[in-house]
Amino acid sequence: MSAATPDQVRKAREQLDAHVRETVEWHFNPDTGTPFWLERAKTYKFDPRKDVKGFDDLKLFGLFEDEWLRGGPVRRWVPKALQNKPIYVFETGGTTGIPKSRVVVDDFRIDYEMFSDTLPEKYFPKGANWLMLGPSGPRRLRLAVEHLAQKRGGICFCVDLDPRWVVKLIKKGWMEHLKAYQEHIIDQAMTVLSAGHEVKCMFTTPKLVDALAQRLEKEGSSIAKAGITGIFCGGTEMTSQWIRFTIEEYLGSDVYIAPTYGNTLMGLAAAEMPTAADEYKIAYYAPQPRAVAQVVEFDNYDKLVDYGKTGRVLLTTLTKEFFVPRFAERDEGEREKPTTKYPWDGVSGVRPYHEFAASTTVGVY
Amino acid sequence: MIHIPVLRWGEPYKSLDIDKVVHFATGEPVAEVSRANAGLIQRDMRHAQRARDVLREIPIADLLQMMKKAGELYSGAELPLGDGTQTPDQFARMQSATTGLPEHMCRFNMKKNHFVLSQMDKILDSLTRGLDLNILSRGYGVEARGVPISYQAQSPVLGMVLPSNSPGVHTLWLPIVAMQIGLVLKPGPQEPWTPYRMAQAFVQAGIPKQAVAIYPGLGEVGAAVLANCPRSLIFGGTATVEQYKGNPRVQAHGPGFSKILLGDDVVDDWRKYLDLMVDSVLVNSGRGCINCSGIWASRHTKEIAEALAERMGPVTPLPPEDPTAALAAFTVPGQAEGVSADIDKDLKTPGVTDMTAKYGARLVKGERYDYLRPTVLLCDSPEHPAAKKEYMFPFTTVVQCPQEKMLEAIGPTLVCTAITQDKKLQRALLDAVHIDRLNLGPIPTIQLNWLQPHEGSIVDFLFRARAFQFEGSLPA
Repeated sequence: MSAATPDQVRKAREQLDAHVRETVEWHFNPDTGTPFWLERAKTYKFDPRKDVKGFDDLKLFGLFEDEWLRGGPVRRWVPKALQNKPIYVFETGGTTGIPKSRVVVDDFRIDYEMFSDTLPEKYFPKGANWLMLGPSGPRRLRLAVEHLAQKRGGICFCVDLDPRWVVKLIKKGWMEHLKAYQEHIIDQAMTVLSAGHEVKCMFTTPKLVDALAQRLEKEGSSIAKAGITGIFCGGTEMTSQWIRFTIEEYLGSDVYIAPTYGNTLMGLAAAEMPTAADEYKIAYYAPQPRAVAQVVEFDNYDKLVDYGKTGRVLLTTLTKEFFVPRFAERDEGEREKPTTKYPWDGVSGVRPYHEFAASTTVGVY
Repeated sequence: MIHIPVLRWGEPYKSLDIDKVVHFATGEPVAEVSRANAGLIQRDMRHAQRARDVLREIPIADLLQMMKKAGELYSGAELPLGDGTQTPDQFARMQSATTGLPEHMCRFNMKKNHFVLSQMDKILDSLTRGLDLNILSRGYGVEARGVPISYQAQSPVLGMVLPSNSPGVHTLWLPIVAMQIGLVLKPGPQEPWTPYRMAQAFVQAGIPKQAVAIYPGLGEVGAAVLANCPRSLIFGGTATVEQYKGNPRVQAHGPGFSKILLGDDVVDDWRKYLDLMVDSVLVNSGRGCINCSGIWASRHTKEIAEALAERMGPVTPLPPEDPTAALAAFTVPGQAEGVSADIDKDLKTPGVTDMTAKYGARLVKGERYDYLRPTVLLCDSPEHPAAKKEYMFPFTTVVQCPQEKMLEAIGPTLVCTAITQDKKLQRALLDAVHIDRLNLGPIPTIQLNWLQPHEGSIVDFLFRARAFQFEGSLPA
């Protein structure tokens, strides 16, 4: 992708600063604001509505602690102006203990509609049906992918997949059960794909792409022969080596794979399809100004690393439904330069933060 | 810098994920290693049967000759290594540089591997109890007394999740190819050297390259090897052994908890066995599962522990190139410190004494690596939490225990050297199912007879003896 011009970068930054002012005003205004933030503001030595003039001023808030999201009442996270809207709650974690919750009105629809605009029509044709081969239950993905399919004029077929059970199986070391559960998921996918539903697009995770491709191959078919032309892939980390392997050995040239990075707290960061010419580098760009992904120094989250250098991923979410300033994600990666398509910083090589990596159960489904 | 690729049935594959293996003392990169992703293994296992098929095209007698040739090449030739080459001297230096094992021990392990390859015909003859090896190829045969027999391979390949700490374990998989079973190897992160060098020696000796695959990588690669190979060996700690207990697909090799038992009839003469005890604890820097970690007797335990401490306590770290170096470095950050802290914790419980304490600090910290000096603990009872510990350095407890309670108290023991002429005790030892290798008499725990099976017969693991009847002609 070609580099952004200085003018593009400046305009994007101005838009971000304006969006920050608007978002902070909304969440801290006593009439419209979010109970959690209004309460918290009482402890601040600054006035968010006056002192936050741009993105850099979000440092005043310190770091967002995702522990705040555990437990109820979840309505403390709903802005007063939205209290009468229909509310969803999406959960993250929760294998043991109380999960973290995020309340949503329309954000998941908006985020996935924006993401939809990044998908190439040739491989994700409008009107095509989708397979949602990913986590079900209290997850954002389940509804979001279905909305994406509907937005594009298709119908979404889903499977049952409980990632909390998968994490338990791994922690218990029940690898035979893990394999059996994965086969159970793939069985469901094979049934959908064999039932004449004209599925052309799918969401799935890296491990399930491997498993589905392997099963199809074993049965004399392939992802392409099964009629899939576009895969939206996310949910767990994926390396350049993995995507190269998948493209070279399973997908071929007729299937497009769109890697994504995100979590329930943030929106969805998109990436162009990685290519051999670029050594299959996966560079993600957050949907700015609604979300921002920064790469900061490991020992100083106030300082960005230089382009190409490694640091911790710091996420900020700035929507009318949810304000998350400066959340230190459990990931690290390299800072990427702005592009014409995304004239702001991106992040590549995303992987678990090295200090957590040893204790984190990743790549679970 | 040398780059070591993934080997997909002999075909090199350069990954986009690269790991550097570094010199433990300087931190300088020694080589780059391609890191496999789990999907590669799943996919390549489509060709697992081919590995056995190409080996079955070569008579086992010829494969045994190739093994001998491979042994000579492995120990004496300059062989390809990734995009470069490697002499035997370079091999020993590289292995020492990344594992922390002194170079002379690396050379000793080379000799051991060479010996096993050169004696492969005798070893297979012993492991199969004199079976006509063609029966492993054909799957059937007829005994001299006229009874049909059948040995059925349970997997076309054997998966191996290898450790970094003791290059000696490679002897376990050397007989596999000779039995016409392919190899799927995941090297230990600090020890990619032996699998690669051995694979190159095999190929140059005439073994088809399609018979061997090597996948360096992280935990997911090990898990993929175990998940995709119908038979695998894995090396790890007690938790690993527990995890795979009862799993017929996996043979887990963990700590040996090897011991020396001194019977009441010989214990007054314990001084006669002091060299044997020291060797059993100290050889190969105490890293092997066959190194002794517990010496049990009903009396004289304090004198025995004092004498062992006097011999081993003064041993200090020496540079890896020093031919008298007896200690291997701990190259994984924090590992030596953790081990030492665990020992100190046990020492806080009454009933145990560190007999080596007076010879200086156990933990010798370096900038990038640490050493642990030999440690001898005297335990006044088998119930003490320290009594059955084992660590990856020269460490032993000397445990006071009445002879009649010994067998009940020792717990699982890979190698048990029992020095006694007491027939009743000998009978009980022969019947004890928690002892794997039994040495009756003054034999060091580290002295292996290569003609004996190690920790479960690999032949029984890979082949199933089954009922077989036939009439008419059969395939050759």
